[in-house]
Amino acid sequence: MTGEFVDQIFVMAKHRLLSLLSNAPDWMIQIASSLLNIAAVLGAFLTLFALISVMERKILARIQNRYGPNRVGPFGLFQPVADGIKLLIKEDIVPIRADKLLHFIAPVLIAATAILTLGVIPYGRNMTPFSIDGGILFFFAAGSTTELGVFMAGWGSNNKFSMLGAMRAIAQMVSYELPLIITVIPVIMIVGSLRADAIVAAQEGYKVAGLVPRWFVFTPWGAAAFILFFISGLVESNRTPFDVPEGESEIVAGHMTEYSGFKYANFFLAEYFGMFAVSGLAVTLFLGGWHAPLSFLQFIPSYFWFFAKLAVLLFVFIWIRGTLPRMRVDQVMGFAWKFVLPMGFACIIAAAVWHYQAHGLAGWLWSLGVVAIVYFGLSRLMETKKKFGPRTYRFAE
Amino acid sequence: MSTAAFIVIAILTLAAALAAASLPKLIHAAFCLVVAFVGMAAFFFLLGAEFVGLVQVFVYVGAVAVLIVFTILLTRPASENTGGIHWLGVVLAIAVFAGLLWAILGTPSLAVAAQPIDPLTVKRIGEALMTDYIWPLQCVGVLLTAALIGGLILVMEERRR
Repeated sequence: MTGEFVDQIFVMAKHRLLSLLSNAPDWMIQIASSLLNIAAVLGAFLTLFALISVMERKILARIQNRYGPNRVGPFGLFQPVADGIKLLIKEDIVPIRADKLLHFIAPVLIAATAILTLGVIPYGRNMTPFSIDGGILFFFAAGSTTELGVFMAGWGSNNKFSMLGAMRAIAQMVSYELPLIITVIPVIMIVGSLRADAIVAAQEGYKVAGLVPRWFVFTPWGAAAFILFFISGLVESNRTPFDVPEGESEIVAGHMTEYSGFKYANFFLAEYFGMFAVSGLAVTLFLGGWHAPLSFLQFIPSYFWFFAKLAVLLFVFIWIRGTLPRMRVDQVMGFAWKFVLPMGFACIIAAAVWHYQAHGLAGWLWSLGVVAIVYFGLSRLMETKKKFGPRTYRFAE
Repeated sequence: MSTAAFIVIAILTLAAALAAASLPKLIHAAFCLVVAFVGMAAFFFLLGAEFVGLVQVFVYVGAVAVLIVFTILLTRPASENTGGIHWLGVVLAIAVFAGLLWAILGTPSLAVAAQPIDPLTVKRIGEALMTDYIWPLQCVGVLLTAALIGGLILVMEERRR
């Protein structure tokens, strides 16, 4: 009883607040309900943004064997507050030849679309802010408008570095949007719905004496699709090792070169919110959403499990950033079309095989076979057998 | 509620479409067109056709708009202004509009109330596509594959002799 109370505490708080308006007309209650949802999502994720920005610096510092921020507050925990104040009082520089309108709209649009994508993710039992029939499609539709924001930033700055960065960003975002969606298709095929709640509900329950949850990541096709989805998500949120659009050693800061102060912070916010959204969707699709990993742990509230899984994925994001060097831009594109996309198609076939073997052990082994054969075939095809001799240059001696 | 939403969306969409046709800078016009696309998607949402609205955003904002801005980027310098109004274009537009209006007003079926149907879920659309409309779907697939191969041939590096 108390467990259920703690689990539903936010939902009940919302209903209590809405009951204050019970005499108001219907549309007012609708608007108030939406505003409450928006406030909750923004509050939670802005806090998480502040926390993760300092945690990232701390973890990177640990990986690189240095201290990281440790001056403001205990363990440097108030660093985001100091950063925020600094960015707010910085001068806002707009280049004289810039397209003023586009230069202004770009950071707003990018941050807005990043926040929109967070709306359809189920954060706990009965805790989906915006539950519609095509929820997953909404996620990708809102996400695809980010490209326009990046283009606006690049064009509006009227700077060669900005334009190059924007073109790189759009090229890799368009390339990886396809694998990102293809890897989601197996899950949607098995569940038979585009609604995020239905996808989480389909992963309820446990196998093998309550020890293995029915998450899709524990099937061969699910594991492969999860890894591919995660890689594509890394690219979509422009994180290392795929941060060629803002490769600071090549093109200053890409499409963000001409931005300063809070506009720059907006880009930063959008990058992190994009990271949260992709990780949240990965948790929803493959890691069982808000379900507990073991059956005897179900007394812990559902939203705790969601955010715990999200935290693990975010840690992997930071871990990868601290470990891997940046890829070359043509390698990023080649990887998308020659490996990730065919593997995504293989996942669809493997999921179909698994489904028609009644989700049993035989299906598990067959789908493992499909994924393994395609994986080894592709690896063999991608082997270049290049000999590494002295370099020859086409235009220089 | 929905009437108020309709009026607001209609004004926004029409204003964006008008701006797209009349703004001097081509890139601004392109982005106004994007706003008009989003307004159309909002109409679909208002009518309860969520899937169509989402696909509208997905295809028109995510793909067509990117195509348009890239075309502008690759063909014109940033500073070029396309000022002035082409009167021939205005006359043509009015003629097309009048023709459409005449056709729409002359259609009797608009006066008939539509048959109520079950809520249009994504699942039903998928089932219809995979059963009744499988041949059109396959034809579109072949067409898109041909376009993809054509695009690849255009950008393929010519073999050095």
